[in-house]
Amino acid sequence: MTAMADNAQNEITYRQALHDALREEMTRDENVILLGEEIGIFEGSYKITAGMLAEFGPERVRDTPIAEEGFVGAAIGAAMLGMRPVVEIMTINFSLIAIDQIVNHAAKIYGMFGGQTPVPMVIRTPGGGGQQLAATHSQNLEVWYAHIPGLKVLAPSTPADAKAMLTAAIRDDDPVLLLENLSLYNTKGPVPEGDHVAEFGRAKVTVPGTDVTVVGYSRSAAIAKDVAHRMAAQGVSIEVVDLCSLRPLDRETICRSVMKTGRAVVLEDDWLTYGIGAEIAATIQEGAFDYLDAPVRRVAAAEVPLPYAKSLEKIALPDADALIRVINEQLDATRFAR
Amino acid sequence: MPEVFMPRLSDTMTEGAIAQWLKSEGDTVSRGDVLAEIETDKAVMDLEAYESGVLEKILVQPGENVAIGAAIAVIGDGSGSDAAGGSDAAGAAAAEPETARGASEADTGEEPPAARADESAEDLEPASRPEREAVTPADESTAPAASGSRIKATPLVRSLARSHGIDLGTVQGTGPGGRIVRADIERLLGDESARKPALAPAPSGAPTASEPQPVPASAAPVASAQADDERVPMSQIRKVTARRLTEAALVPVFQLTTVLDASRLTDVRRDINTRLADSGVKISVNDLIVRAVAVALAAHPEVNASFGGDAILRHKHVNVGVAVALEDGLVVPVVKDADRKSVSAIGAEIKDLAARARAGRLKLEEMTGGTFSVSNLGMFGIDSFTAVINPPEAAILAVGATVDEPVVVDGEVQVRPRTRLTLTVDHRVLDGATAAAFLRDLTALLTEPLRILV
Repeated sequence: MTAMADNAQNEITYRQALHDALREEMTRDENVILLGEEIGIFEGSYKITAGMLAEFGPERVRDTPIAEEGFVGAAIGAAMLGMRPVVEIMTINFSLIAIDQIVNHAAKIYGMFGGQTPVPMVIRTPGGGGQQLAATHSQNLEVWYAHIPGLKVLAPSTPADAKAMLTAAIRDDDPVLLLENLSLYNTKGPVPEGDHVAEFGRAKVTVPGTDVTVVGYSRSAAIAKDVAHRMAAQGVSIEVVDLCSLRPLDRETICRSVMKTGRAVVLEDDWLTYGIGAEIAATIQEGAFDYLDAPVRRVAAAEVPLPYAKSLEKIALPDADALIRVINEQLDATRFAR
Repeated sequence: MPEVFMPRLSDTMTEGAIAQWLKSEGDTVSRGDVLAEIETDKAVMDLEAYESGVLEKILVQPGENVAIGAAIAVIGDGSGSDAAGGSDAAGAAAAEPETARGASEADTGEEPPAARADESAEDLEPASRPEREAVTPADESTAPAASGSRIKATPLVRSLARSHGIDLGTVQGTGPGGRIVRADIERLLGDESARKPALAPAPSGAPTASEPQPVPASAAPVASAQADDERVPMSQIRKVTARRLTEAALVPVFQLTTVLDASRLTDVRRDINTRLADSGVKISVNDLIVRAVAVALAAHPEVNASFGGDAILRHKHVNVGVAVALEDGLVVPVVKDADRKSVSAIGAEIKDLAARARAGRLKLEEMTGGTFSVSNLGMFGIDSFTAVINPPEAAILAVGATVDEPVVVDGEVQVRPRTRLTLTVDHRVLDGATAAAFLRDLTALLTEPLRILV
């Protein structure tokens, strides 16, 4: 890889970045196989696997029955025997049918059987609401998996991160859940050419700032970045920390940022109670207590099953306006003058 | 915005001085470049740039003392726009990035924030009602009502108050419910007349290992100056020496003294230095004593301990501090894991540590972590003295000069070299008999020093 190739940047979509990562890894390693509902002939509900069946054949691109527990279990078995399966679960909501396989098998086999075999598998699955898919198809259940030792959970917010993280997930020997997001699939961004592999457990400061730390991941990290640019015009310098990796969690980067700003707001797509934000707030008070000039604030989804009606769905989900309001409240509470 | 602040380089540091600038105004600097040398209470340390850019403005000149967090320089893009307004910041103990803003404009007469907090709290109080909009609980929603007397201040404010010696009872809080926020402290610090250096926290007890409580040196009586007194400003090192010794004075101690027959000790030392002269090995009596102390501590874990408030902390490692006199103070560099090092290794290490201590070039980690200290004034011909304990260590050994003395051996008067050893002991950690057993075994080791060489 030359420096020139490294610098070459293509603007592609998050969807395309995931597709490229899959295709490159399929090409690089014949042990990489794909399993999922309608990923072959139909080319995937979100077209991430477009063209894969034609290029790699039905041996490596397997359309499965509508039976998550079965095909996740099959992937675990294949992984134990040396394959590197990448499973697409159509939405994270459907992973509930396979949760015993994920939590009690994929996450535990390596440890419980004395390290005899790793389980190098990836579960790709989108979460999130906002598409009028109603309560059962719009959830953010990533914290359920981020809670489980033995799993790794990645949550990219940009096309470049999506590609680097999926590549890292496929090459890692542990089971990895890669959280995608319906509203990010069509977002575009520069993706460097060449072989880029993300590091697990590493958060990123995507916007440097001095006044408030805003922590997000996946869709919320993208919103935070947008808000940071909007509020810069009003004289507020926001530092955005994109968690990137929900497990392992990069506590150091979070705390270091808060030590600089003295204020922190978490924007999370999940529900407030027992959510990602609770863990971040606890991390900050443990690691940066003496630097806090205000309590950590959280902006999260309304504590209701997500309504189907567009108007209700909109106000139930956290958005840029809610984030800006809370940031302003926190700035006022600390007598921030602009 | 991209100001460089006086960093906290040691646990006990409250202010620092610029020893010298290694970059000049207008220089391009990269992240990681050493900008300046900072003289802290303990040593001279490098200050690295955290951001790349152009060193636009130096706000604090060499020799000037400023508080932790004060702006000392501005790194910008070279346009100079970042330096605006910062030119006079040197004297003002600016604490954090938005000082200028916070100090001058914090009270622009906006709506009292308390009212706003109350509104949000009202919105969120009922726990039984599901929140139907995106949830953003106000920070006070789950907090029980505060009692009237407690001072409300943010953790950041409390740590600033500690480092600046501010009594929060004198500060008017303008945050929610009267909470003192950073902006209030910055306003106060911007106004030197409102600062009350005399209001440093009162001594709240003798120091412990887990929660060292800074006690101002002025807690003990200070002299008032006469007209013809020469006023010698105290260096950082002198100041911290004074403060640490004042803290140590709060520790209840007792002393035990014994006399050591140093015949074999001096013989062994002479033998080693004569026979190994070719290999360049040269050891001192003090090196042998440090080694013997380490061996004795390994056998007496109860002495290798600290007072931890509600527990005695027994340390896994035997780290022996060696007091080194400086021109204007005292430092105690530490020989780590001395029980696992040979006499010659200990000797070489002490030599190196002492030389760098005198040059002010010790690293912080080389001065911390001691579990016991040795102070030796034998070279000044002092027969016997008591050393002041080095908190939170449990004991310190004072070593006097080795002197030829008449002594009765087997009913005959003989001349023997003798050394007086005095152990100062923290009575909260150790009792007389325990400390005496340690001193007895230490003396036995030094009487038969071959035992510490194997």
